[in-house]
Amino acid sequence: MIVDIFVQQIINGIVQGSVYALVALGYTMVYGILGLINFAHGEVVMVGAMVALTVLQALLAAAVAPLLAILLSLLAAMAVCMALGYGIERVAYRPLRNAPRLAPLITAIGVSIVLQNLAMMIWGREYHAFPLPLDNALHALGGAIITNVQIAIVLVAVAVMALLLLIVHRTRLGRAMRAVAENPAAAMLMGVDINRVISATFMLGSALAAVAGFMVSANYGIVHYYMGFMLGLKAFTAAVLGGIGNLRGAMLGGLLLGLIESLGAGYIGDLSGGFFGSNYQDVFAFMVLIAVLIFRPSGLLGERVAERA
Amino acid sequence: MKLHRPANRHLLVALVLLVLPFIIDSLFGHGWVRIADFALLYIMLALGLNIVVGYAGLLDLGYIAFFAVGAYTYALLGSPQFGLHWPVWVVLPLGALLACIFGVLLGAPTLRLRGDYLAIVTLGFGEIIRIFMNNLNAPVNITNGPQGISMIDPLHVGDFSIGQRHELFGLDISSLHLHYYLFLGFTLLVVLVSRRLENSRIGRAWMAIREDEVAASAMGINTRNVKLLAFAMGATFGGISGGLFAGFQGFVSPESFSLMESIMVLCMVVLGGMGNIGGVVLGGVLLVILPEAFRHGAGPLQQALFGAVVVDPESLRMLLFGLALILVMLWRPAGLWPSAQRRRELAPDETVAQQEQETVYDHSR
Amino acid sequence: MKIYSSSVLAALLVPLILTACNKQSEPAAAEASGGSDITIKIGAAAPLTGPQAHLGKDNENGTRMAIEDANAKGIMIGGKKVRFELVSEDDQVDPKMATIVAQNLVDAKVNGVIGHMNSGTTIPASRIYHDNGIPQISPSATAVAYTAQGYDNVFRVMANDSQQGRVLGEFAAKKLGAKKIAVIDDRTAYGQGIADEFVKSAEASGAQIIAREYTSDRAVDFTAVLTSIKGKQPDLIFFGGMDPQSAPMVKQLRGLGVKTQFMTGDGSYTPSFIQNAGAASEGTYASLPGVPFDQMPGGKDFVARYEAKYKQPIQLYAPYCYDAVNVMIDAMQKAGSAEPAKYLPEMRKLVHDGVTARIAFDEKGDLKGGAITLYQVREGKWQPVQTMGAAQQ
Repeated sequence: MIVDIFVQQIINGIVQGSVYALVALGYTMVYGILGLINFAHGEVVMVGAMVALTVLQALLAAAVAPLLAILLSLLAAMAVCMALGYGIERVAYRPLRNAPRLAPLITAIGVSIVLQNLAMMIWGREYHAFPLPLDNALHALGGAIITNVQIAIVLVAVAVMALLLLIVHRTRLGRAMRAVAENPAAAMLMGVDINRVISATFMLGSALAAVAGFMVSANYGIVHYYMGFMLGLKAFTAAVLGGIGNLRGAMLGGLLLGLIESLGAGYIGDLSGGFFGSNYQDVFAFMVLIAVLIFRPSGLLGERVAERA
Repeated sequence: MKLHRPANRHLLVALVLLVLPFIIDSLFGHGWVRIADFALLYIMLALGLNIVVGYAGLLDLGYIAFFAVGAYTYALLGSPQFGLHWPVWVVLPLGALLACIFGVLLGAPTLRLRGDYLAIVTLGFGEIIRIFMNNLNAPVNITNGPQGISMIDPLHVGDFSIGQRHELFGLDISSLHLHYYLFLGFTLLVVLVSRRLENSRIGRAWMAIREDEVAASAMGINTRNVKLLAFAMGATFGGISGGLFAGFQGFVSPESFSLMESIMVLCMVVLGGMGNIGGVVLGGVLLVILPEAFRHGAGPLQQALFGAVVVDPESLRMLLFGLALILVMLWRPAGLWPSAQRRRELAPDETVAQQEQETVYDHSR
Repeated sequence: MKIYSSSVLAALLVPLILTACNKQSEPAAAEASGGSDITIKIGAAAPLTGPQAHLGKDNENGTRMAIEDANAKGIMIGGKKVRFELVSEDDQVDPKMATIVAQNLVDAKVNGVIGHMNSGTTIPASRIYHDNGIPQISPSATAVAYTAQGYDNVFRVMANDSQQGRVLGEFAAKKLGAKKIAVIDDRTAYGQGIADEFVKSAEASGAQIIAREYTSDRAVDFTAVLTSIKGKQPDLIFFGGMDPQSAPMVKQLRGLGVKTQFMTGDGSYTPSFIQNAGAASEGTYASLPGVPFDQMPGGKDFVARYEAKYKQPIQLYAPYCYDAVNVMIDAMQKAGSAEPAKYLPEMRKLVHDGVTARIAFDEKGDLKGGAITLYQVREGKWQPVQTMGAAQQ
């Protein structure tokens, strides 16, 4: 029993961590290239979930085959989010590229507030049930249990990460992205169209956000216009934990944060003799983060480079 | 009366500030005096954060924690929670001192971190403090947990409580007005301290660190101590503001100290103009007033424009607020009223450079 | 330029100060009294933006409906025909914002306030209503501290945490025979309050609390604490919190293969709980102060009219808001005045048959001996199980 519970907690942590990792990738890609915390990223995840919900509902009502409906709604969410990511960068970040560092942080917060309230006006204040037309069967892993959706989340997360690494390391676009991240001025001199690369980065990150939004909604079966904020915050923490700007770091950070949270919430009460409980779950997560940063100030996989001004 | 003489100008400003609550009251009503009171509290907070972010260049996303420490110190020592009703002149400085200690405690482990790493760690500390306040009702009940602490003593000196209306000099002055004057006094004090700090040796050291930490260190600045001092000073202001907040509100609970509050204070500093006291004050005033103005203005405005209320004003309020944040930053990336020094650094265009040379030339002549 | 603007300002100031002083010397309450004024303003405050906006809007709808009903009826107070007007404010579930909107309502010279929705906003706002002598009826704030402040103007039309938690705890331990109980709360004033009272009462009834776990009112993932609870094999799990958490929670609980009984408070007695939790909601117990609608005179009618008017089901507290407004109007009619000082004493004396229950207040302003009904989800619907009298005050 004790082993089963432990295995279950590990599974919980990996599932949750995969979601964090997907969202964290969006933060880290933008940061790697622009050195900017895209605070609005969590809201992009929310928009992805909302669009997927709307399209999925419409398709299911029109009796489209479940698998096709899921695929189409996911694609629709990705398309909308990519457009949104492109738009956010053009409107709120590009004009401020040479402005003081904190200026885009404020516009990001502004974008975040605007998106949240627009979503509230479009999709309403209530919580929506996210329909899942497939059988979400339980599978026993010894005494532990995993659902179809959870398996899908982990698999999709792994696939997306592999694809992303492939794009960044094996394609022209990826090479351009790395060049801009390394030295924008030099990249420009080498004929890289910086604006296009940055737009592409935002769109890629937003597409990942849409995937994450879809998977979170499918897993919890509930969507709300406020869902992006906490998720974004956790994913940002994960990105920093892994070393912000580093793709593998974001994946590692996401998985670690998921595991820390689930093991922390699961065992902190018994370990501290009941003094601390799962109410200190977030404290525990932040403590680990702070401890890591004290010993490795640039995160687990971050490079030790002098900070940009 | 020659208004361009500084002494006279100060006199005029003093006069305006003195009668301001009455003007607000007669034009807009009591509600706006309360908003003005909150604006003053936020200005104190923003000025405190300005020391950390604006002067020393350390991005702090958990600043509201110090506000919380001040507020809870006041609440615990001046409410039926422990049956303690300590005098305000003990509790307020104690809250400020505790906040200052927390500032150093939180600052110390983060000294090696920079920029965004510092941001996430301070964010973490802010959340940790809030979570502790939310949960320290068991096993021993200290903060009363999520229920918060109610029936907090109003701000008072001896028997004179400003929690009720008073007859002064033949004028009937409400509690809101009295709070305004008290908060104004503290705000002016904070402004004064900020100004003195800005032009002091320490202030220059902070700015040197902000511009280039390595160079500052090479110039013989003890960066560790100077950074800690920035955290401590900023936290102290936050603590004072928090204590006043607890006495004003009469109730504190952890939900008043969420991350969103830290972000709002940061917005005030950046939007107004980092490092410039006037700008920060302006930012504080605007960000407190804007959402309220939208709350009251959105309905009638739609009525005037479309002849009907098309969109629920309440939904529109935050939307407009978000839009305002974006537009202002796009329009003035360095803030509405940036410090002269930073403006020169950020916009090294011909005219400014020329003006600068001219002034230099004028002076030497 | 500077000189110009400064002197203009100075010129503007003088008359303003004079008017300000004049205004101060007037008695503030004069306009608030019934007098010859036939419009009576009722203030309402609830979160209309933010994560609980869907519940806040529901509150506003209930209040508005009561006011429109009263206007349609043509109520007479003190021999004069009156018209009621709603002044609705958004407190954003923020205690600070609550005091600002409270001040706004006072400024708007409302004759009474229906609100706020949450305990965390109701308590700080009550100080302002109290200082201005305005009666306040909260439809849904259940924290014990709200009416324990010694204010004479505060009321609520819902059983408090202590009353409700006690009934739930007894039911779990005695009727359902749970011996080992796990308790989760969302660390809000409401969730923690009701969970603590539940624990006290369940322990007093002989049950053992084998796990006390926590989450937050923003969380959607509960697998970690649920797994931990699964390992301790309880007979029943109690959750103190609202439906945005309880719905995914019960879903994840069943997803972990746990068949334990799930019980929660009034915050989950909503249509969206069933909608969002789907099949996993089956068998969940929840309590709601009051008597089932179909047993109340006018209850069924209220539900039908609400749904026709707002094109959506009642979320949660709309009927309580409806009752709160009617209680206030009732007291005004009995006093023959809408002036707060005049009708406030009537509030304590009246007995009002509302759509949720028969409402009468005790000396603190709490609901007197209000009934509490336990519901269970059966075949995808909330079905009443048993109505119990609230335990003694």
